[in-house]
Amino acid sequence: MSLLDGTTLALVQAPAHGGHGQLDFMGALFVFMLATFIGLMAIQRVSRLLHTPLMSLTNAISAIAVVGAIIVAAGKDAPVYVTALGLVAIFCSTTNIVSGFLITDRMLKMFKKREGSGK
Amino acid sequence: MSAANLVQLLYLVATGLFIMSLRWMSDPETARKGVFSGVAAMVLAVAGTLVGVVTTGGTHYWWILLAFIVGAAVGYPLAQVPLTAVPQRTALSHAFGGLAAGLVGAGKFFLYYGQGDAEALAPYIVIAIVLEILLGFLTFTGSLMAAGKLQEVKWIPQRPVTYPGQNVINLCLFALALGLGAALVLNPLAAWAPVAFLLVVLLSLAFGVLLILPIGGADMPTVISILNAYAGLSAVAMGFVLNNKLLITAGALDGSSGLILSIIMCKAMNRSFANVLFGAFGQAQQAVAGGEAKVYKSDTTESAAQIMAQASLVVIVPGYGMAVAQAQHRVRELYDQLKKRGVTVKFAIHPVAGRMPGHMNVLLAEAEIPYDDLVEMDEINGEMAQADVALIIGANDVVNPAARADKTSPIYGMPIIDADKARTVYAIKRSKNPGFAGIENELYYLDKTFMLFGDAKAVVGDLARQLAGEGGH
Repeated sequence: MSLLDGTTLALVQAPAHGGHGQLDFMGALFVFMLATFIGLMAIQRVSRLLHTPLMSLTNAISAIAVVGAIIVAAGKDAPVYVTALGLVAIFCSTTNIVSGFLITDRMLKMFKKREGSGK
Repeated sequence: MSAANLVQLLYLVATGLFIMSLRWMSDPETARKGVFSGVAAMVLAVAGTLVGVVTTGGTHYWWILLAFIVGAAVGYPLAQVPLTAVPQRTALSHAFGGLAAGLVGAGKFFLYYGQGDAEALAPYIVIAIVLEILLGFLTFTGSLMAAGKLQEVKWIPQRPVTYPGQNVINLCLFALALGLGAALVLNPLAAWAPVAFLLVVLLSLAFGVLLILPIGGADMPTVISILNAYAGLSAVAMGFVLNNKLLITAGALDGSSGLILSIIMCKAMNRSFANVLFGAFGQAQQAVAGGEAKVYKSDTTESAAQIMAQASLVVIVPGYGMAVAQAQHRVRELYDQLKKRGVTVKFAIHPVAGRMPGHMNVLLAEAEIPYDDLVEMDEINGEMAQADVALIIGANDVVNPAARADKTSPIYGMPIIDADKARTVYAIKRSKNPGFAGIENELYYLDKTFMLFGDAKAVVGDLARQLAGEGGH
């Protein structure tokens, strides 16, 4: 395995390797904390009108699990059943991505202001 | 630029777009931009992952493509369901999300175990894997149960199911799963590890079912929000397992959304998380219901229409009954007729009305009622005393004055819409039985209250017709 491949692997799949892995773990915790705060602040501003579309939108966003699913399914030296687990996970996530974004947009299109309301 | 950096750059842009996507949801005017930015982020995320996989020598691309196509083929019809079915669709997709996370966690564990890779199974990785499968699989079965209850599938009990020692049994199962998880963290490569791992999976699956069994319809908005948060958190755990910061960020955004919605729902019912999950709401109340029979006054739609025609402010309070009867389009007709006569019409939206957060808003928006007229509970309560008529369509607990006054009532302390402060109250109700929670509603016995019995769709349609017939031009 070339050096480049090694680094790419570390960044994309990154099985932890020694001290470096531990450092990454702390980095990941920082990212988690900051993202949670950003999420809390962004969501608090969401209009109550839109809580149902918000939930289907975040539903689609949490289908980001597709990233992990692809990594597992594409693994070269994995046993067949591991690949199968990954493929089913891709199926599940894609379902959520497609239906989540589509239905959110479908609902949002329905929200209309009163005509000529100058508020 | 190396392939690895390209991947990270794509992930970075995707993260930014996901954040903007939620940011744009703050206003109905910009919300659709939020969807586009979410789609763009997802496309970049998938593209980045594929680049990473291809440059590190992946395989099975045709199979992956097939999984994408089948997923999209199933997802498309799921987006076309009628809006009254949105709560169960949402629960179903939480189930898919949980399952995906659980399967990836299991896949990773067996992969590392098969390779005997002690370094890859470092304690914090195994902790993350255990959390991922716990949350993932319990979200899977829990959400399936919730979807089944919402869809009123026959073999899933609608009423809360309780039995003695329920909470103790649930907690024991959960403790057992955690104990097995801890053993796995300490000995990830032991000969018994795969068995222990599968046991954790089974326990999580069982726990999801048991957790939702005692939950009744009125608690669904809270439960759906909590499951939403779990699905997000399982993606976060996956991010820790794969050391993938995009997964962590996007999962955290979803998790915080679920958390905030759950908090709003709990506040709107004056209950705590623990109480929702372990309280078996509906059950407690059956003991309370069933005092001496009091009498309702009922009225005809004809005279109700006359009263409304003379009103200057009519406040409509919709509830789950409106969704069940699919009455939203008739409500729109009534709204139009009243407007034509110069009556101001407002909708009072309780945060937990319906079966999921924002349920009523979406249904009324579908009927093309402008969202300026959908008013939140706190705002409308100041105006209720000026309302000539409060028309209650299939709502019950959210207008029950017992929540304000009666300390013995199970819903005491829950914030309500003060429908009883309006000059006249009309309540449309399917039958004379108490609502889902089984609580008697004092509002219905007030002197100023008149009941309109019947299917909400038929009654509201009738009201609209009366108004159209009399006045017209």
